[in-house]
Amino acid sequence: MRIKIEKRFYITKWQEVCIILASIVLAFSSGALVFHFLGVDPLEAYKMMIDGSLGDFYGMSETVAKTIPLIMCSLAVALSFTMVVWNIGAEGQFVLGALACTAFVRYLYVDNFVVMLACMGISALLAGGLWGAFAGFLKARWNVNEIITTLMMNYVAILLLQYFVYGSWRDPTSLGFPMTPLFPKSARLHQFFSTRVHSGIFFAVIIALILWIVVRKGVWGYEIRVSGQNPKAADYAGIRSTRNVILVMFLSGAIAGLAGMAEMAGLHRRLQPGFAVGYGYTAIIIAWLARLHPLAIIFVSFLFGALFVGGENLQIAMRLPLSSVQILQGLILFFLLGGEFFRNYRVSFIFRKR
Amino acid sequence: MPLMNWGRDMTESYLVKMRGITKAFYGIKANDEVDFDLKCGEVHALLGENGAGKSTLMSVLCGLYQPDDGVIVVNGRKVVFHSPKDAIARGIGIVHQHFMLVPSLTVWENMALGSKDMKFVIDENAICERIKELSQRYGLDVDPLTPVWQLSIGEQQRVAILRMLYHEANILILDEPTSVLTPQEIENLFITIKHMKEEDYGIVFISHKLREVFEIADRITVLRRGRVVGSMKTFEATPERLAEMMVGTSGVSEVRAAKEKPESNGKPLLVAEDIVVKNDKGLIAVDGISFTLRENQILGIAGVSGNGQGELAEALSGMREIESGRLYFTVEDVTYASARQMVDLGVKYIPSDRKGVGLVPNMNVAENVALRKYWQPPFKKGFFIDWDEVYRDSKSLVESYEILTPGVNIPVRMLSGGNLQKLILARELSGELKVVIAMHPTWGLDVKATAFVREKLLSARNDGSAVLLISEDLDELLALSDVLAVIYRGKIMGMIEGPKAENIEEIGLMMAGIPTSVGGGNVIDED
Repeated sequence: MRIKIEKRFYITKWQEVCIILASIVLAFSSGALVFHFLGVDPLEAYKMMIDGSLGDFYGMSETVAKTIPLIMCSLAVALSFTMVVWNIGAEGQFVLGALACTAFVRYLYVDNFVVMLACMGISALLAGGLWGAFAGFLKARWNVNEIITTLMMNYVAILLLQYFVYGSWRDPTSLGFPMTPLFPKSARLHQFFSTRVHSGIFFAVIIALILWIVVRKGVWGYEIRVSGQNPKAADYAGIRSTRNVILVMFLSGAIAGLAGMAEMAGLHRRLQPGFAVGYGYTAIIIAWLARLHPLAIIFVSFLFGALFVGGENLQIAMRLPLSSVQILQGLILFFLLGGEFFRNYRVSFIFRKR
Repeated sequence: MPLMNWGRDMTESYLVKMRGITKAFYGIKANDEVDFDLKCGEVHALLGENGAGKSTLMSVLCGLYQPDDGVIVVNGRKVVFHSPKDAIARGIGIVHQHFMLVPSLTVWENMALGSKDMKFVIDENAICERIKELSQRYGLDVDPLTPVWQLSIGEQQRVAILRMLYHEANILILDEPTSVLTPQEIENLFITIKHMKEEDYGIVFISHKLREVFEIADRITVLRRGRVVGSMKTFEATPERLAEMMVGTSGVSEVRAAKEKPESNGKPLLVAEDIVVKNDKGLIAVDGISFTLRENQILGIAGVSGNGQGELAEALSGMREIESGRLYFTVEDVTYASARQMVDLGVKYIPSDRKGVGLVPNMNVAENVALRKYWQPPFKKGFFIDWDEVYRDSKSLVESYEILTPGVNIPVRMLSGGNLQKLILARELSGELKVVIAMHPTWGLDVKATAFVREKLLSARNDGSAVLLISEDLDELLALSDVLAVIYRGKIMGMIEGPKAENIEEIGLMMAGIPTSVGGGNVIDED
């Protein structure tokens, strides 16, 4: 028997879906093995995850609440990936957005919901955007690798967050817990049906729709796709790629920043060190799984939201560490990237009769 | 099977025997039951159009590809190569068209790479000694201590050949070795080849240029569409017969030999005055070039690649900054115009690198048609592109240029080279058209596509446009150009009006940078 590997020219949608499904199945099977060695029945664990996240109204609402930041962060990275700019810094831009809107509430509070919403939103957009644009500028000007800069800036952002919540912004009445005071009423987003699902969900869906239209139909969307796919062809078409790199990184960071603001005003209503639980990193997996399609991102984010909530459930009911869910996420990404090989190559087995 | 007998029956003088070699890519047979032999002390030319399967066959011989079927016998023993390393161990060395040297390393370092006597500690002196000895023996003069990036193309080729000799290859495959050389460098290469022949090397000479094959080869095998269409001794062959074998009898239309004489003084369209352009490394690539490109005129630019042609083409199409000098479009100063402004004026550009510059391989046909016109009406509507309009335009272009594609929503990476070029041509020649800058427009195309491209350029000229044709193919330049300029190190060495075959020698000298005093008054003096 011989194994023959040939480069693929073309892949049908159906094959692509099969490869993604196969990667997910393989990821969960290997995850089952991990659960087994942790001394837990894998089937029961998976059942518990599904029950906890999708089984009842409360679980469902929690899943949606987690889905909101995931959608926005995923849209943010997907936009940059469309131009083949690798923004790995959604986590940091998310934190910066939260920091900026908290600063606004702390120092420039106005008791008017509309004014506050606008000001918090704009400050978060600017903060996240500039955090991203800085990496974009370095790339455009000196060709500094954006993967490294955005990744490192995540640590800077998280340490900044800790500096404020442990330091000058700490609530004096919090009994020493590192957190800011609760936001006043007019600086909060509405929550529905006494769940934790908040109106930030509209931001997420609207941004998804806008990106879908802009990237597919818009002049600018076409330009960044050309710049990403073939920078030399972009020069040939008179597209200013360097300017677009900065702009894409700004917008990408801005969307992630807005996600941070929505998370603050909608869910936590105060700044705490633990609110950044890695949405910005999970977003990379989601964007990849959704093939950068803004509407598919909504759907995939929901599944990952369920994974998060299910994981929390697992943590409580089975006393497993949260990292066990992160292992599962890691496995999904691992098999997905492995699946890339089968997207690009066709493997056939040749049986030869002697 | 008769196969087992070969090794014993045949005299040792057969270095290589290939039998029934078949190799398919994506279901298309690049080699179909090909037989090929090589004897000691012979130059065996492998002739054929681009895509005939020459390179595939030789890649099989040097271990780069494993054949789907067939047998290779080297020095009387059946062999199976799993990698080029196996082939080199059997004495088979290939010199690729692009030499595959490491530019930042010195000559001797390049030689030592992959050498089997590389020890933990490298004996630089011993290696240099051997290189000097080999280079003296075969007249391949190079300094082992020079970094490769400082060498000219001809010198780099010498290094690549020496490298194979250093690795003790006795079977040398030269893949289109003359395509990057000046006529004088070609002469030197041929002297080296003859030298090696006398020393019982076997040489495979891949080419599609008949003239060279007749000069150097002892035996000729012609491939067409992956099959051997004929194999003969050189003295038995005639150019007419070989050409017919290469092309087939499919009756390909020739470029109109009798092109109408241009209107002697068409209106000037593109005027360059002493322009200077730098390359990516910041060195001067175009060093003060002036010309006038007129209506109904094809201005050919001949020269060995890397003498500033690419930078010139990019500067004229607005993609590269002009450092000094002036560029005018009719009377308008366009020295600082952008690529987009040039397109809007009707100055179009056909780049040599189709997939790298001219197209976005992962995007579909329509998206590639949009590439150079999406900002113009009727395609742009506010912030949006009217894709319906683009698709309509694409479909009509695909039809009128006979582009073979299953549809306009197919990624262009799936199209063949000829169809890629037709697509670029269709896009550039449609819409406002005044000037076409065409760089190597027929490079790598088959005969039919070549004829198509040339005809389109000619008809653009006859319709009142100007064409700047940059090419390395002298036959093409002579057939199409109304005026021919020769470029060397960023300078124009001379211009010949109405160039003919008799001018080839002067052109060759000018390409090598040797100024000629061409008589007959057909050289335009630049004052």
